[in-house]
Amino acid sequence: MSIRGKAFIAGAYEHPGRELPDLSLAQIHAEVALGALADAGLSLSDVNAYFCDGQFGFGGISMADYLGLSVRYTDSTNTGGSSYIGHVGHAAAAIAAGKFDVALITMAGKPRTQGRVRPTFQIAPEYAFEEVFGPTTLGMYALAASRHMYEYGTTSEQLAEIRVAASWHAQFNPHALMRTPVTVEDVLASPMVSDPLHRLDSCLITDGGGAVVVVSPDVARSLDRQCVKVLGHGEAAKHLGGGRIDLTYTGAVWSGPQAFEEAGITPADVDYASIYDSFTITVLQIVEDLGFCEKGQGGAFVSDGGLIAPDGRLPFNTDGGGLCNNHPASRGGMTKIIEAVRQLRGEAAPQVQVRDCEIAVAHGNGGSLATRTGAATLVLGREDT
Amino acid sequence: MSELGSLPTPVPPVNPETRVFWDATANGRLLLPRCTVCGSVFWYPKTLCGACGSVAVEWIESSGLGIVYSCTVTRRGVGDYRDAVPYVLAYVELDEGPRVMTNIVDCPPEDVAIGQRVAVVFHDTGAGCSLPRFRPVAQTGSQGLPS
Repeated sequence: MSIRGKAFIAGAYEHPGRELPDLSLAQIHAEVALGALADAGLSLSDVNAYFCDGQFGFGGISMADYLGLSVRYTDSTNTGGSSYIGHVGHAAAAIAAGKFDVALITMAGKPRTQGRVRPTFQIAPEYAFEEVFGPTTLGMYALAASRHMYEYGTTSEQLAEIRVAASWHAQFNPHALMRTPVTVEDVLASPMVSDPLHRLDSCLITDGGGAVVVVSPDVARSLDRQCVKVLGHGEAAKHLGGGRIDLTYTGAVWSGPQAFEEAGITPADVDYASIYDSFTITVLQIVEDLGFCEKGQGGAFVSDGGLIAPDGRLPFNTDGGGLCNNHPASRGGMTKIIEAVRQLRGEAAPQVQVRDCEIAVAHGNGGSLATRTGAATLVLGREDT
Repeated sequence: MSELGSLPTPVPPVNPETRVFWDATANGRLLLPRCTVCGSVFWYPKTLCGACGSVAVEWIESSGLGIVYSCTVTRRGVGDYRDAVPYVLAYVELDEGPRVMTNIVDCPPEDVAIGQRVAVVFHDTGAGCSLPRFRPVAQTGSQGLPS
């Protein structure tokens, strides 16, 4: 069974805040829930399935209580930043199976005002063999960058091009946290945090959140709002592989082909891509892994404006992404879906709107490139595709 | 900045599955699990072989020799490592095959490079086990080229 065309994203909402000291986490969930439902033309009473990452414990029960939802289905799959992209795929599959017809997916976080702590779990079997050596979030991605540079000659200048593209897009987003375009030289001049990654190779730390509403074709037809069709979905878990980990690729090598096959497309058909940009190296590897260029050629692909909308080889993260716009809860997946929806509706900032955008990809990566990552790929199409 | 070789030695949580591994480190021995069914030598220490699903796993002693597979000089540390910067976080590919996360010590951090030949050293945690870290040694044989 394929989910192609069996579900639609009817509503999407990104919280405009980037620093929210005066809101509780639950309030942020509620604001984005109401925002996405209003965007769809629906209300809380229409929701019969709820998805979140389970940050309050016991899955989605706590927020279902807070929001007063009457749901017959909950899913709190937590694969880090890729969680919410997975949720859309799970919701689409369950809608196709007739389990429910209106799913609400929310996420929220306050790492900017509460302080960010890299999540680690002492009871995890790998903990004792990694955490004692002082890994940092940046260091774990730097290990991947170092190896990619060693094997393929990728340069810091090429990685910087990814930040340059994101910052170019962010200037057109009034809500973006960092709206000033930067140059390759600016990135290279920023402090080195963990060789070869600089401060400007890194994502933002922001408060905020986002939500989307996934509905059945019948519900989509009943709404006035332009919906976005779910075409395909794929997921994967990449791990140490018994100690043979290869740091030059991500789980996108598996999730991407699954999603493209289900959607009946190839990478060449993609008009716009939202790619989780925890760090510049994350984007570079995923661009290769999704098949937009050959493995090892990502550096050349992202250079010379390759990622800059609307005319680059692959317009990406036109909201400014996690690098420059917003990175709520230090998890990029939700904002990736939301900007893809904007592009397919023709509602991105005019300067970065891809002309005749028909097919979009949203890809999330969760965990750490140096050890274990979740990967989730979503292929979305314009309502009439 | 830390003195060379003075990295913190956080005590790893030890459980019934990993007790043999950590006890051996106190005696300067680096053990690796090997599957007695398919022969796979793997990492991290555990009693199920991810290659074939067997739970017939034995311990072998590693030579403690390998090459740097990847490395980074960490310039902003957190937790126990907050005051230890700069230090090298690395993967070492052991001669037995597995790539293990570790630190490279006893040399200036900026001198560490992928392909560098290294040997294990043990840093006592004071809690009955030691952390396996690695120091550069003279190159022999393998140049660490991509395979």
